[in-house]
Amino acid sequence: MTIETAQTLDARHLSCPMPIIKTAIAMKGLVSGQLLEVRATDPGSVKDFAAWAQTTGNVLLESNVQDGVYRFVLRKK
Amino acid sequence: MDEPLAITLFSGTDDKLQAAAVLTAGAAAIGRPVHIFLQYWGLEAFRRNSAECRETRLAPEAGAAGFAAVEALAAAGQASWRETLEQAKAIGDVEIQACSLSMDLLHLTESDLDPLVDGVEGVTAFWLAASSGQVVFI
Repeated sequence: MTIETAQTLDARHLSCPMPIIKTAIAMKGLVSGQLLEVRATDPGSVKDFAAWAQTTGNVLLESNVQDGVYRFVLRKK
Repeated sequence: MDEPLAITLFSGTDDKLQAAAVLTAGAAAIGRPVHIFLQYWGLEAFRRNSAECRETRLAPEAGAAGFAAVEALAAAGQASWRETLEQAKAIGDVEIQACSLSMDLLHLTESDLDPLVDGVEGVTAFWLAASSGQVVFI
């Protein structure tokens, strides 16, 4: 079964810490189990999204990069 | 992560204000309460409407190249330190208090302060709020 992404967040061209801040705000609007997809270009975001998920309990399901754009899929706890 | 983070913001140059705002927003994003204590020139930067009317000021080590780099990032749409603090307050437990000694020093009253400032406190109240958490001096 595929769970559809509830929301997509374009955080490209935002510098640290805005991708995480926008993600935290977007996650507030979701219910437990829903997925958020984020695109970012901040090179620190790979470690930041992993750390944010680890400390907040949300799950980082996917973290990859294509053509200089990082893509993250998070599941709200 | 609910261990509090206390920041004594002493400096009023835009680069240090930005650094403090970034640290605050990052801590707020992972659920850490942040208590900011505004002292001296850090407090002066929080005069009401100061963000709109003053020129960019940087620490001396920035030099001309540093100034150009900061201006370029701002022109590319980087959130200002003030916007970053607003966002931090929107997502987390962030309190900004003015040091009462610095209020006297700068001849300020609470009505002179930016709405981001939650109130005025003395150093004892600051240390109580900091409790056993980390303290960062900027």
